[in-house]
Amino acid sequence: MVGKPGHDKLNVQDLIEQSKNKGAKKFIEKLMPKLLFITALVSVLATVGIVFTLIFETVEFFRRVPFIDYIFGTEWMPFSGTNPTYGILPLIVGTLKVTAIAMAVAVPLGLAAAIYLSEYASESVRKVIKPILEVLAGVPTIVYGFFALTFVTPLLQEIIPGLKIFNALSPGIVVGIMILPTIASLSEDAMSSVPKSMREGALALGSTKLEVALKIVVPAALSGILASAVLGISRAIGETMIVSLAGGATPKFDGQVTDSIQTMTAYIVQVSTGDAGYGTTIYYSIYAVGFTLFIFTLLMNLIAGFISKRFREEY
Amino acid sequence: MNYLHEDRVKKRMASRLIKNKLLKSFFLGATLLSLVVLAILMYRMISQGHAYLNWDFLTNFSSRFPQNAGIKAALIGSLWLLAVVAPVSLLFGVGAAVYLEEYAKKSKLTTFIQMNISNLAGVPSIVFGLLGLTIFVRMLSLGKSVLAAGFTMSLLILPVIIVASQEAIRAVPKDLREASYGMGATKWQTIVKIVLPSAIPGILTGGILALSRAIGETAPLVVLGIPVIIHFLPEGLLSEFTALPMQIFDWAKRPQEEFQYVAAAGILVLMIVLVIMNSVAIIIRNKFSKRY
Repeated sequence: MVGKPGHDKLNVQDLIEQSKNKGAKKFIEKLMPKLLFITALVSVLATVGIVFTLIFETVEFFRRVPFIDYIFGTEWMPFSGTNPTYGILPLIVGTLKVTAIAMAVAVPLGLAAAIYLSEYASESVRKVIKPILEVLAGVPTIVYGFFALTFVTPLLQEIIPGLKIFNALSPGIVVGIMILPTIASLSEDAMSSVPKSMREGALALGSTKLEVALKIVVPAALSGILASAVLGISRAIGETMIVSLAGGATPKFDGQVTDSIQTMTAYIVQVSTGDAGYGTTIYYSIYAVGFTLFIFTLLMNLIAGFISKRFREEY
Repeated sequence: MNYLHEDRVKKRMASRLIKNKLLKSFFLGATLLSLVVLAILMYRMISQGHAYLNWDFLTNFSSRFPQNAGIKAALIGSLWLLAVVAPVSLLFGVGAAVYLEEYAKKSKLTTFIQMNISNLAGVPSIVFGLLGLTIFVRMLSLGKSVLAAGFTMSLLILPVIIVASQEAIRAVPKDLREASYGMGATKWQTIVKIVLPSAIPGILTGGILALSRAIGETAPLVVLGIPVIIHFLPEGLLSEFTALPMQIFDWAKRPQEEFQYVAAAGILVLMIVLVIMNSVAIIIRNKFSKRY
């Protein structure tokens, strides 16, 4: 337009003025930020929805079951016809058993893998291993659950004679394998961000690579490593399918890992797949358990965030 | 003065080097373990499931008899679920990311939204199921429909999509935006014609990975009460349906040994779907990713 003969009086300034005065365009410019703001609010609404859903239904639950009985009770027998009891502790103990076993597997192995990838591995090895870790992290938990039930449990039964079909050990180990990639890759990120000069300083003083890794890099990256472990705990607590398939449905308040257990998540699954009707105490109990679970994981996530913020060392 | 005790250094050298070697192989072993686990897992699924994985398996509905059991309803149901989750989660996820990266001022509200997103990402998936059960299934009376499950899953992967899109948008260099403003484009024009086209590979890669999480996720569907014995295909967004992980869960729980093989075959189908989705993500990443 500008270049055409007869229009050469029209300059860019006019074009800008013209476009500024178009009503529709102005309208869109004003409307879009508001629409986009609403989409951003959806995530806030989701949190609000979760918190309110859990609170409302849990309050209904506590109208029927005393709060003290719930948090201090050591017997969880909601399906008992004559005298149902709702003491959350056995479910928490079951959850903690699985979490502890998972962390015993995932932290040492994840940390070792992270040290290898960040300190020893060549660039080409890293390029092969990292995608494999990503694939492992992307395997659906139902697949891990099936794996635990049909492979890990029979294998463990060969080694430990008294092991029941449903137990805490097998799902614990498999949950550990599931969170291993998360811990490995988050720890590796933390270690990779330790500046090279620190490693080179230690190497120049005659340290072996191992000494550099354990005495320089790991301490310097400790906040990131701890945060990754706490996030791992949070994921282990919230893990559902592995523990429902391989853990069993027997809430127990003891320290056994070879017997059938039940975790908080597995209880919710048990009720959801059963036929407890809407409005029964059992129906409301899954919200109380869900709320307890939510508080546990929220605490862990907040701690992880706090650790990585508070103890981060800046170089 | 003697700064270095040469003999002492020499004496300890051998053990230090051995320790280095030993632990290096332990670290390598730990790294390779994940590879080994993945190999065993795949081998188990293929060796158990391959016999049942045939055309009949793909075209039959589930059955009480393992030899007749098929995955048709679950496979089609998962595709229906994807058809709801993909548009809903991408629309809200990318919208939120554009707002946070392009429009939001540094305010307390913005910090709050950002913090909320990272906390939402840490909420266990089963809790999203409880949310969906109360809000979508009961309050909005959507029932155990494709729509109710789709909304629940969309909320579940929303934080992942927002964060991935934010990273993709942030990676678009400032020069491009400024050149666009310099040519007289408005903010919205710049976003639609400059920022989003350059960020789209990153958004799609992250989006597809998030969607594959939604396809494999079981726990929320269990809580919503999605049925497993279904002998029809969904007719619309409000019909009942079942999905791949639900079907696998049902088969894995059954006591008959044959159903273990059926479950393994179902897992193979699920894994093939996931591999296809991930390959698409990798192709997009390699083909369209521009380095500035």
